[in-house]
Amino acid sequence: MTPLSAAAKTPADAPSEAGRDAWAPLPRRGVRPRAMAGGAMAGGLSGRAKWGLRAASVAIPLAAWLAVGGAGVVDPAFLPSPAAVWAAFLEMAGNGQLASDALASLGRVGAGFGLAVLISVPLGVFMGTSPAGQAFFEPVIGLLRYMPASAFIPLLIIWLGLGEPSKVAILVIGVVFFNTLMTADVVRQVPGELRQVAATLGATGWETVRKVIWPHSVPGVLDAMRVNAAAAWNFVVVAELIAAESGLGYRIVRAQRFLQTDTIFAVLVVIGCIGLLIDVLLRVLRDRAGRWSR
Amino acid sequence: MTLTLSRVGKDYGTRRVLDGIDLTVRPEEFVCIVGASGSGKSTLLNLIAGLVPASSGTLALDGVPVTGPGPERGLVFQSGALFPFLTVAGNVAFGLRLLPLSRADRDRRVAWYLREVGLSALARAYPRELSGGQRQRVAIARALACEPSVLLLDEPFGALDVQTKEDMQLFLRRVWQDTGTTVLMVTHDVEEALMLGQRVIVFGCDPGRVAAEVPVGLPASRTLDVKRTAAFQALRVTVEDLVRAGMPAT
Ligand SMILES: Nc1ncnc2c1ncn2[C@@H]1O[C@H](COP(=O)(O)OP(=O)(O)OP(=O)(O)O)[C@@H](O)[C@H]1O
Ligand SMILES: [Mg+2]
Repeated sequence: MTPLSAAAKTPADAPSEAGRDAWAPLPRRGVRPRAMAGGAMAGGLSGRAKWGLRAASVAIPLAAWLAVGGAGVVDPAFLPSPAAVWAAFLEMAGNGQLASDALASLGRVGAGFGLAVLISVPLGVFMGTSPAGQAFFEPVIGLLRYMPASAFIPLLIIWLGLGEPSKVAILVIGVVFFNTLMTADVVRQVPGELRQVAATLGATGWETVRKVIWPHSVPGVLDAMRVNAAAAWNFVVVAELIAAESGLGYRIVRAQRFLQTDTIFAVLVVIGCIGLLIDVLLRVLRDRAGRWSR
Repeated sequence: MTLTLSRVGKDYGTRRVLDGIDLTVRPEEFVCIVGASGSGKSTLLNLIAGLVPASSGTLALDGVPVTGPGPERGLVFQSGALFPFLTVAGNVAFGLRLLPLSRADRDRRVAWYLREVGLSALARAYPRELSGGQRQRVAIARALACEPSVLLLDEPFGALDVQTKEDMQLFLRRVWQDTGTTVLMVTHDVEEALMLGQRVIVFGCDPGRVAAEVPVGLPASRTLDVKRTAAFQALRVTVEDLVRAGMPAT
């Protein structure tokens, strides 16, 4: 520190200044941060460019598939050509098999996932709002959710037989614990000030749950449902792979017995498309419910 | 509508945050509390609002002990704490919807308070579309719609810029005069306290307590010009010295 600069500073500043004079200039990085990228200005990507990228996201794997098939390096019994898969799809769609399989699987998801939501959402709201509920349910649910739902299939077949109940049960087990904990998390994120303000405006505990906590949580609850709907759609196929007389999973097992890889591929693509459709529907619902937040 | 606090204390664990608070707020009075950060001003408002139980002493509104939150003690936070999923009108109507009122009656009241706070045009807007000052106006209208006996304000303009803040001070004075609501307001801005209050309570630290009480003998009809008068500035110096005297030693 030079005597000159020391004289210029007030005593209160002096201690922190003592070191600063000795420091080398702060190095600067050569890169320029791109504050706008992906942030507030993410809309910078034009609509056409966005759709172009979306199309490429599907087109590139499809082209690779065509190229590998066309090169004739892989046995078509292992990797059928897109044309063969398309033909298999048309055949299943034509004889009504596809519709009945898809409906069977969707029906199970509707029952199992619906039941899981009916249980998990109220339970999650209870856990999120009541410390006692949280303390009582958190440990057991936290443990149960680490038990793979698919591992319950043999047990469920012993308990419930091969019919529909065991398939609905597997879905419930696979979804209910995760959805409960995720719902509880969403509910806990409601700012405490909003609950307090509701109380000072005269709301009872139950009114606060109904008129503040629940509306504030709906978008988050729908987000949790979106994640778990994907899981449910996976579980139903797994359940049908193991034991069923109908459904998309059952169709895959059948096709495997006759080495119909083209049918397996066609069913997989259908499973993916239906899953995507469920996701899009829930996302539309979420965006409508969450209009206030964005 | 008299608010009476006698020997009120509050402990957090072994730490005494408030000690021996005696305070009376008379009907239609406007009282401001100033004091160092951490002196327990917010804690006191939360006690009066009934959000936090007192550890000792008694709080009563017109002789009725405070046992929990209620609409006769409206509270406005610094953040406004608006319900983000409700429109401006929905926020103002929140407390009214809990009461057995006809729709027409409710709508009439909501419209009146929206006009009072100058936000009729934004009735259908959502909180995220509002500026900071507009949010605080909604929060105040929402509390007033329940016709509280006492309106508790916790640094309601603390997050606003100077111009908006002065606007809001004039606004709050007008609302207070229009509605005749008793107001107890916490602020860290001494000028604001003097501009608005009829009495200023100065809080001291460790534990939080009433260190001094300063009557504000300024004319009842105040404009911003009152801040330039010698009487105002003299009061400001007095209160600022008292606040400093109450600050924790460093
Ligand atoms: N929930 C709590 N648990 C423990 N201590 C708390 C709690 N709430 C407040 N305190 C303590 O009580 C004291 C008073 O806090 P309070 O928020 O009332 O101060 P304040 O006067 O409002 O300060 P500011 O002007 O910064 O808002 C602080 O020291 C704080 O640490
Ligand atoms: Mg405070």
